Order: sequence, then C-alpha cells, then structure tokens
Amino acid sequence: MRIVVQQEAFDAGAELNTFSAAQVNMGAVVSFNGIVRDLPGGGLDLMEIEHYPGMTEKALEKIALDAMARWDLGDALVIHRYGPLKTGDTIMMVATASPHRKDAFEAADFLMDYLKSRAPFWKKERAAGSSDWVASKAEDEEALKRW
Amino acid sequence: MMDVLYFAWVRERIGLPKEKIETQATTVMGLIEELRAREERYALAFSDLSALRVAVDQELSEFDASLQGVREVAFFPPMTGG
Repeated sequence: MRIVVQQEAFDAGAELNTFSAAQVNMGAVVSFNGIVRDLPGGGLDLMEIEHYPGMTEKALEKIALDAMARWDLGDALVIHRYGPLKTGDTIMMVATASPHRKDAFEAADFLMDYLKSRAPFWKKERAAGSSDWVASKAEDEEALKRW
Repeated sequence: MMDVLYFAWVRERIGLPKEKIETQATTVMGLIEELRAREERYALAFSDLSALRVAVDQELSEFDASLQGVREVAFFPPMTGG
C-alpha cells in the first residue's frame, strides 16, 4: 500500500505501470485519475488545493486500510496533489489490485467516495479575478451510504 | 496550551492559519463559545456550525468531543477532495 501527498505533478501512466508490475498473481488492476475540469462556461484560471498536512496522510491511510480489510486486495495506491493546478492537470489517482475484477472495481469506487468527503482537501477555483471555495455536494455525502 | 488550526474559508475569515490557545474549555463546543466571544471575525466564522467540521488531534470528530489531553484542534468546511 502506498499513500503519496505531493505538490509536484506525477505521471499517472508510469505510476500505473509500476504499480501493476509490482503485483504478484493479481488478476485485476483498476485505476482512476481525477483531472482538473474547466468551469461550465470556461475561464478557470487556477484551481488551488489546500490540505491539512499530517491529517491528510493519516486519513488517506485509514481509508486505504479500510478498503484492504473489506475487499480481497493485494495492494492499493493513492496519490493526491495540492497547490495550484490548471485545467487538464491530473489532481490525483487511485489504483487497486486484486485477484478478482469485482473487488478491484468496488474498492477503487469506495476509495474515491471516501477520499472526496473524508480526506482533508479543499478546492478553490479562481476565474475572472475572483476566487470561490468549491462547496461540498450533498450527493457526495449521500454516496458514502452505499458502503 | 493547545494548537488551533483553521483551513479554507475558516482560515480566511479568521485571518490566520494557526494559533496557540490557552483554554478552560472541556469540549470542542466550549472552545467554540470562547472563540465566538473573542471578536467579530470569530463569531462570524463560527456562526453556522452545520457548515463546519472539526478534527481533534487530526481525527474527524464531533462538536461535543472532549478536549482532555488534546494537543491540536482544527476547524474547516466540509472536505472537497478527489
């Protein structure tokens, strides 16, 4: 299991290949990348991600351990960036490895749901000279009830 | 002495990311009452608790949580990771 919180950009493809190559007898690897999206009308200048150093790593580790305990996983990877990002930049990725496809898919879905509303990250969007904190969505909180 | 941290708009509204606080409060709610009574910017930041979350020693917690032996309390809005 590997948890990384960093400001620097990373190569999601290379990370996935490294993760996959390290597995022994895992029949399934699932990965997800989160990418900065423009505003509905365009014009996003910057997305800034703030986080809580110390708690972030602990929260991500707990979420990943919960996934490892709940599904038949051989390994899990979470990489999440902070700092200023632009449209099209990769914000984060998760990957899961399991002997079985269903476990790998479900665990990755679980990781994403929990990471969205239980890991201490906050997004701020800057456009046309003003900045707004991204509000959490009721549906994100609702999504946790699936698990 | 306790470290109190603020993130996102809570940090902006209060105007600082972190401060050391000497408190008599025994719960998070007690600490919030003390902070509210300090100055308008605190009262404003803590006016709607439904818009706030708290972490006690870096674990998500509740407003009625005890502060016994606690070293660090953080206030922030609901998280928006991913």
